[in-house]
Amino acid sequence: MTDDIGLWGVPLAILGGAIRVSTPFIFVSVGECLTERSGRINLGLEGTLVFGAMSGYAVAYHTGSPWLGTLAAAFAGLLFGLLHGFICKLPRVNDIAIGIALMIFGTGLAFFFGKPYVQPVAPDLPAIPLGFWSSLPQVQAALNINVLFIAGIALAFAASWMLKNTRIGLTIRVVGDSADAARALGINVNRVRLWSTAAGGALAGIGGAYLSLYYPGSWNEGISSGQGLMAVALVIFARWSPVNCLYASLLFGGAGALGPALQSVGVSSGYYLFYAAPYALTLGLLVATSSRTRAMPSAPGELSIIK
Amino acid sequence: MSMQAELAAPAAGRAGFLSETTARRIEAVILPLAALLAGMIAFAIFLAFLGKSPLDFYLLVYKAGFGTAFSWTNTLARAAPLLLAALCVALPARLGLVIIGGEGAIVLGGVAAGAVATLVPGLPGPAGIIAMALAAAAAGGLWIGGVGALRHLRGVNETIASLLLAYIAIALMNHLVEGLLRDPASLNKPSTAPLPETWRIGEIPGLGVHWGLAVGILACIASWVLIERTTWGFAARIVGGNVRAAQIQGLPAGLLAIGFTALGGAFAGLAGMFEVAAVHGSANASLAAGYGYTGILIAFLARHNGLAIIPAAILFAGFEASSGLVQRRLALPDATVLVLEGMVFIAILLSDTLQDRFRFLAFLERRQK
Repeated sequence: MTDDIGLWGVPLAILGGAIRVSTPFIFVSVGECLTERSGRINLGLEGTLVFGAMSGYAVAYHTGSPWLGTLAAAFAGLLFGLLHGFICKLPRVNDIAIGIALMIFGTGLAFFFGKPYVQPVAPDLPAIPLGFWSSLPQVQAALNINVLFIAGIALAFAASWMLKNTRIGLTIRVVGDSADAARALGINVNRVRLWSTAAGGALAGIGGAYLSLYYPGSWNEGISSGQGLMAVALVIFARWSPVNCLYASLLFGGAGALGPALQSVGVSSGYYLFYAAPYALTLGLLVATSSRTRAMPSAPGELSIIK
Repeated sequence: MSMQAELAAPAAGRAGFLSETTARRIEAVILPLAALLAGMIAFAIFLAFLGKSPLDFYLLVYKAGFGTAFSWTNTLARAAPLLLAALCVALPARLGLVIIGGEGAIVLGGVAAGAVATLVPGLPGPAGIIAMALAAAAAGGLWIGGVGALRHLRGVNETIASLLLAYIAIALMNHLVEGLLRDPASLNKPSTAPLPETWRIGEIPGLGVHWGLAVGILACIASWVLIERTTWGFAARIVGGNVRAAQIQGLPAGLLAIGFTALGGAFAGLAGMFEVAAVHGSANASLAAGYGYTGILIAFLARHNGLAIIPAAILFAGFEASSGLVQRRLALPDATVLVLEGMVFIAILLSDTLQDRFRFLAFLERRQK
């Protein structure tokens, strides 16, 4: 058997890419899903993702433990989420505008503190070589699966289960569908939204840590190319269901891997257009799933972007 | 807050000299200024925590941004694209649309200008400049107007759509500049063919700043007139206040949305054209310099008022112009200005919560009969 598998390399590379590239999408979109189900939108997750990538990398470098780095990134994300949730508690503050401000602020802080960490090498998160049964290096590369990817799958199912079956999930949904109903039930609407946003921020921070600690696996100022923002759009496409967010993330990961996969078999013209594929796909899905005349089914009633 | 002030005032007797409208207008100016100051103070505290002197920082910013004739030239040259980029946020914002993808329109405007120069380089100077301006405005207008159309026709969220389109625009620019429109002579940095010498836009005599500044200021004034003094602007403001009420009145909310987004996009496209024709000389990756993102902050600081955009843009142009000196003298990273901008942005949005509720000038109002 030769190592040359010809055009079969393309779907295989897309599969591998989907697994590698989708993990940050899974964490950010499931986190944003929780936030949006409580009736708020946090556009600042792009900044949170970048700051998570930086802080995770820095802590992993200093402690030598990528897991401590991931934890630090989650904590940093939690703080950003709390900041967003806290500011949005004030009357007449626009959650979308605050998200844009936090996007700039988070990115700025990450670049500010991240400057000394562009050169050093931090330890990577471990991967499980699930492709050991194959002798083909392409298969082995595609099935080299990071622990966080598996955690992300578990997270998506757990979040869906939680929203459907637990008291906390019900509380979040009530707050997201009708703040008035929630208040009538004696629920503190702002507190639920604050912690839903904080949880979303923490998950986005983990997504950032994956970027800098596994794939692409280094910290630099171009580490995120809008994944945080695409994840927010993806939640709309996924109809506010964490499990759908998982599937959508895989789709996006595959789209993102299209360019490099085609390049690996020699198709190099239009590289930049393939690079734009995930953005175009996001936009296309947004256009296809939005409607002018009716509210989107299963959308939280309190969400500002669908009003 | 205002209720209490209203109730308490007659008893105390207002000895003031302002009408309530004037008092509210002055408050509307003071509040963003106070927020700007608060953001700058927060950043000073941040610097102090890091062991850097905030005083040195602001002195350097003043020196490098506004201290000398040379620094003013530098600042005003940066203000030109910022003025136009801010309009791309402010005009749609008056209809209640949050457009944050102006960067895409700037980039495509620049590419359109470069494309004109590549396709019809034989045109005489003035005709070439007009053709570039038209192409750039059309590219930017279609790009952002498309966001308005998607919003109107399909209900697509304009904030997310515009930012996604900004990424697509940058990919499109790279594709064109490295492919179809590439000048084979540009080796290290793929660019379009250099503009013919007669197509280059010169400086405003005596100022040393290219004509983009004058166009930017005129565009800001024209936008202010459009919004505040015309029936279209009035209709747009009603749509921004309450879409349903506007539709019941028979106002064409959708057409206004498309028109205002397209106009904003056209201005941003012009910004790209000036970057190509007055600064770089050809279209390349330098077009994505982040002017579109700073423009968002400027528009919010100016509360989407065309006239207020002018000083706000000059201020932030000065901040950005000083970035290099601050980096060298204080050993701070280049993202320092980005942190400052983030803090000011948050402070400005926080001040929204006080708008019209914290009537700190009520005591200056005339007694009401």
